[in-house]
Amino acid sequence: MSRSLVTPLFVLALVSIAAMVVSVGTGSVSVPPGDVIAVILGDGSTLQQTLVLELRLPRTLSAFATGGLLAVAGALMQVLLRNPLADPYVLGLSGGAAVGALLAMLAGLGGLIVSGSAFAGALLATLMVFGLAHGTGSWTPSRLLLTGVVVASGWGAVITLMLAISPVQRLPGMLYWLMGDVSYARSPSPGLALLFLVCILVVPLGRSLNVLARGPMQAAALGVSVRPLEWTIYILASLLTATAVTMAGSIGFVGLVVPHMLRLLLGNDQRLILPACALAGGALLVLADTLARIVIAPEQLPVGVITALLGVPTFLYLLYRSR
Amino acid sequence: MNPLQARDLIIDIPNRDDGQALNFTLKPGQIWGVLGPNGAGKTTLLHTLAGLRAPRSGTVHLHDRSLTEIKRRHISQQLGLVFQERQDGFPATVLETALIGRHPWLSPWQMETGDDERIARQALEQLDVDHLSDRLVNTLSGGERQRVAIATVLTQAPYTWLLDEPTNHLDLHHQVSVLQLLTAQAGAGRSVFMCLHDLNLAARWCDHLLLLYPNGDACWGPAKQMLVPAALERLYNQQLLTVEVDGAPLFVPKKT
Repeated sequence: MSRSLVTPLFVLALVSIAAMVVSVGTGSVSVPPGDVIAVILGDGSTLQQTLVLELRLPRTLSAFATGGLLAVAGALMQVLLRNPLADPYVLGLSGGAAVGALLAMLAGLGGLIVSGSAFAGALLATLMVFGLAHGTGSWTPSRLLLTGVVVASGWGAVITLMLAISPVQRLPGMLYWLMGDVSYARSPSPGLALLFLVCILVVPLGRSLNVLARGPMQAAALGVSVRPLEWTIYILASLLTATAVTMAGSIGFVGLVVPHMLRLLLGNDQRLILPACALAGGALLVLADTLARIVIAPEQLPVGVITALLGVPTFLYLLYRSR
Repeated sequence: MNPLQARDLIIDIPNRDDGQALNFTLKPGQIWGVLGPNGAGKTTLLHTLAGLRAPRSGTVHLHDRSLTEIKRRHISQQLGLVFQERQDGFPATVLETALIGRHPWLSPWQMETGDDERIARQALEQLDVDHLSDRLVNTLSGGERQRVAIATVLTQAPYTWLLDEPTNHLDLHHQVSVLQLLTAQAGAGRSVFMCLHDLNLAARWCDHLLLLYPNGDACWGPAKQMLVPAALERLYNQQLLTVEVDGAPLFVPKKT
C-alpha cells in the first residue's frame, strides 16, 4: 500500500486511541491516561480495573463502533449518489431502522429480533427512497434528497404514532432508542467486527468506487459492473446503519459531517476516505459521548444531542456554500 | 486487433420507427465520422456501440463475440468512450481523472504504481494539459476539461476509440491537434468512431462517414461517396454551398 494512505490513517488511529483513553479516564472518578493504559495492559488497582474494563471501556468501544459505522455508511451513500449531502439519517434509513426496532419492541420481542427488525427497516427504507427517487437510469440529487426528507418525515410520523399507542411500560426503552444514546450499549464486538470487515472489503472495491464517483456511465465505460456494485453499496450501507442504530439509537449527522471534513483534508480516494471515516467517525463519537457525560454531570445527555448540535450548523453551512 | 461490428443494429430511440438497420465493421486503421442533426441519435448510437445501452434489436460484436457476452472489464480494455457530458459530483484533480483510465488494467487489489502515473502524465502531455495536473477538474475551462477527458481515454489505451463530439469547446488549434492525435492512433492500427457536428472537420479527417437521419434512416460508406451535397442538404435540412479547398470539398451554409 502506498505511503500516502498509511500516514493519514496512522495519525487518525493515534487520535482515536487518544480519544478513547480520554473517554475512559473521564467521569465521576477520573483515571489518569497513564493508569488507563496500565489497566488495559493488566495492571492497576481492582477499583480501576472494574471502572475501566467493565464500566467505561464497553461504552467507549460502542461509541467508537457506532461513529465509525455511521461515518462509513455516510461516505458510501455519498459515493453512490455522487452527492456530498447524502447520509443515512437525511435519507431516512435511520427512521426506517427505528420503526423496525420499535415494532419489534412493541411486540415485546428483544435482542436479536430487534436488531434483525432494525436491519429490515433500514433495508426497506433504502429500497423505498431509491426506488421512488429512481428516474430513467440515474438519480437526480435534488429529487433524491427530497424523497429522502419526505420519507424520513413519514417515518417520523409513524414513530410518533407508535409512541402514542404504546403501553407505558415499553416507552422508556423505545425513547432511549430514539434519542441516540450509547450509555446502555454493552456489546461493542459485533459492530467493531463489522467495521473492521468493511474496511478490509473496501480495499478491493475502493478503486471501483472512485470510478463510480465519476458517474455510472463513465464507470461502466471503464469496466465497472455498475448495478452489482451499486447494490453492494446499498446493502453495505444499510447493514452498517442498521447495526449502528441498533447499538445506539438514531444518531444524526456523523455520517454527513465526518466524510465531508475528511474529503476536504485528504481528497476523494475512497481507499483512504472509507477507513479514515471509520477512525475519525469513531473518534468523534467517543469525544461527543465524553462531552455528553460531563456537560451537565452527574446527569448525562444523549450523545445524539451533542452530534446534532455539532452537525446542524455544519450541515446548514454546507448547504449555504453549495449552489 | 478487434474490429467492432454492428449487425442489424437498430438503436432504441423512444417514439421512433426502426428505420434502417445498421451493418458496418469498424476496421483497424479506419476513422469513422457520424453526422446528423440534433436528436438524430448520434449519442445513443455511440452508447449502444459501447454496450452501455441496449439496442432495440441486433447486436454489437467485438472480435466476433457479442458485447453482451463479454465482461465489462474486458470490453473496457478494448473500447474507450469519450463522453459529451460529464459529471463531477466530487472534486478531483486532473491527474486523478486521467489515472482512472488505468482502471480496466488493474486488478482489484492493485494500487496504481509509478508506471500508471507515468502513462497518465504522458497522456496529459500529449493533450497539452500536463501543466494543469494538480488543478481540480471543476475549475477548468470547457476546452481544458474536454482535453482531460480525451487524455483519460488515451491513458485507457483502447483499440477502439468512440468519441462524442471530441472537438466540442476546443479552439481551432486544439481541434486540429486532437484530430491529429486520433489520426496517429488510427495510423498505429487502432480505430476511431466519432460523432461530429462540424461537417468540414468530418470531411477533412474521416475516411468513412455514417449519416444518421432523424427518422431513423441511415447510410454509410467511404467519405468520398458520402459527401454528396444533396444528401447532406437533406441530412441537415439546410442548403449548402460547396467549394473546393486543398483538393477537398468545403461546405458552407447558404444564406437565405
